[in-house]
Amino acid sequence: MELFVFIVAGAMVLGGAAGVVLRSHPVHAALSLVLTLFGVAVLFVAQEANFLAAVQVIVYAGAIVVLFLFVIMLLGVDKADDLQVEPFKIQRPAAVAVGAGLLSMLALAILVARDARTPSVTPSTAVAAALDGSHDSNVRAIARDVFSDHVLAFELTSVLLVIAVVATVMLARKPRKGDTA
Amino acid sequence: MLALDVLLDDLSVRAVLIVVIKVLVIFLVGLVGTMLMVWFERKVIAFMQNRVGPNKAGPKGLLQTLADGIKLFFKEDLVPHQSDRFVFKLAPYLAFVPAFLVWSVIPLGGDFSNGKDGTVRILGRATKLQLADPPVGVLLLLALSSIAVYGIMLAGWSSGSKYPLLGSVRASAQMVSYEAALGLSLATVVLIAGTLSTSGIVAGQTSFTRWHVVATGVLPFIIFLVAATAELNRPPFDLVEAEQELVGGFNTEYSSIRFALFFLAEFMNTITMSGVIVTLFFGGPQPLPIAGAENVLSFLGPLSGTVWMLLKVLVFLYVYVWFRATLPRLRYDQLMNLGWKLMIPLALAWFMLLASFRVGRDEGWNRWVILSACLAVIGLGAWLLQRAGRMSTRNREREGAMF
Repeated sequence: MELFVFIVAGAMVLGGAAGVVLRSHPVHAALSLVLTLFGVAVLFVAQEANFLAAVQVIVYAGAIVVLFLFVIMLLGVDKADDLQVEPFKIQRPAAVAVGAGLLSMLALAILVARDARTPSVTPSTAVAAALDGSHDSNVRAIARDVFSDHVLAFELTSVLLVIAVVATVMLARKPRKGDTA
Repeated sequence: MLALDVLLDDLSVRAVLIVVIKVLVIFLVGLVGTMLMVWFERKVIAFMQNRVGPNKAGPKGLLQTLADGIKLFFKEDLVPHQSDRFVFKLAPYLAFVPAFLVWSVIPLGGDFSNGKDGTVRILGRATKLQLADPPVGVLLLLALSSIAVYGIMLAGWSSGSKYPLLGSVRASAQMVSYEAALGLSLATVVLIAGTLSTSGIVAGQTSFTRWHVVATGVLPFIIFLVAATAELNRPPFDLVEAEQELVGGFNTEYSSIRFALFFLAEFMNTITMSGVIVTLFFGGPQPLPIAGAENVLSFLGPLSGTVWMLLKVLVFLYVYVWFRATLPRLRYDQLMNLGWKLMIPLALAWFMLLASFRVGRDEGWNRWVILSACLAVIGLGAWLLQRAGRMSTRNREREGAMF
């Protein structure tokens, strides 16, 4: 059963990822991205990470890709791009190099992890709490982790988001008459 | 592993049969209910406007929707030349499926009296009158309502036509904006209930003061009701299909069965949202918290919870029709002002207030100190917001904008 779910979800993820890269139409590419995100959500559920799965769908599929689509529609770039034209000359070789590097790194990590007999990472108390199987344990474990052990990183991330929003507003604002900048 | 129903952990024939029966019942009741809802809306709105309403097909016009549905089936199925064929055909299903899926996490009945957890016995097995009771049920509601945007957005875009595109851009902006207010008011319910599971939320609402509409202080309920109406694209927030401006909105180019699916999804969503409101704020299948109310329907046995649920949902369906008959449509900028400058700050402020009282109760702080501190923060926030709003209005006036 678990293997079956993994294969189906994995096929969704990979098919979606291939779609994002290969579809020349921006809207189709964005929809393929949604497929990938759903596949990842299914994998989360299969790992009993219900909360992460729900948040994955709400935040990524429900908000971020909707914004992507929104921008594509509003800016009217929703026509197929000609893949022969290359805006930056260095772009494609660089993408190939980075992709190959990432692939080899992941393969190496998997190989190392397979060879290691004992888990090198000791699960924190929060993870242990998540595994005790009570109804809301998932949420509780994440909350404990985010608001105690990693509270500084969490707050810094929120600050980063606020900075990004303010910066976007500043960039999008039309300079008024009389403004020097 | 994939705990669809915690009480059915083995894959025996009987357990599978129960799940299949539940799915079938929800599907059929959902479809028939939607059919009746269309009739109900047309009848009630006719009554409010001094008309007769549908009265030819069947007794009191009950079969009118069926007749319309059959007629739509036999209409020509058009796909516009300029459209994106695949997405055009996909969109109705993307609108329709989330509307149905929400039903899987709403407790549709069961016995919650005296602290019971709502289980009933079917085929000799204890089970909940709810297709699935995941530990994150409430988040699933939010996820599905955010997925519902896709159907409308893609329908408008893929039609390859101007009015549908405008309609769908409006719709998605509106739905994304109001989702924040929806989520924030829902968060207050989760805060008070202390659980994310829908059956847990229902089980906690045992008396009048524990009904979440009272326990969260009415305001989150009002925000949720308004935001839900906006999510549903129903009047007074139906700019998506403002006939005077956009022909028919996002579904202009659709015909035949695909149009019927959009129509069905819309009314289905209305029923679903009423069910969600009842579940979150009004105790779901719990009897009314008046002395003796739990005995009124007790002759129905295990079905009494379902009947209570149905009665409460009917009230909200009536309220939605009432909205449509009474309230004029908002202008687009009014809609966005209401959403961003009133609903979201209000929901956020209320959430902060409830959360600080919760923390204060656990830590034993003085509640008057908490109240005044919260009011000071809220006041400061409101002042800043007002200043910012005034500033941007002035800037826009200087640039000569219309409004």
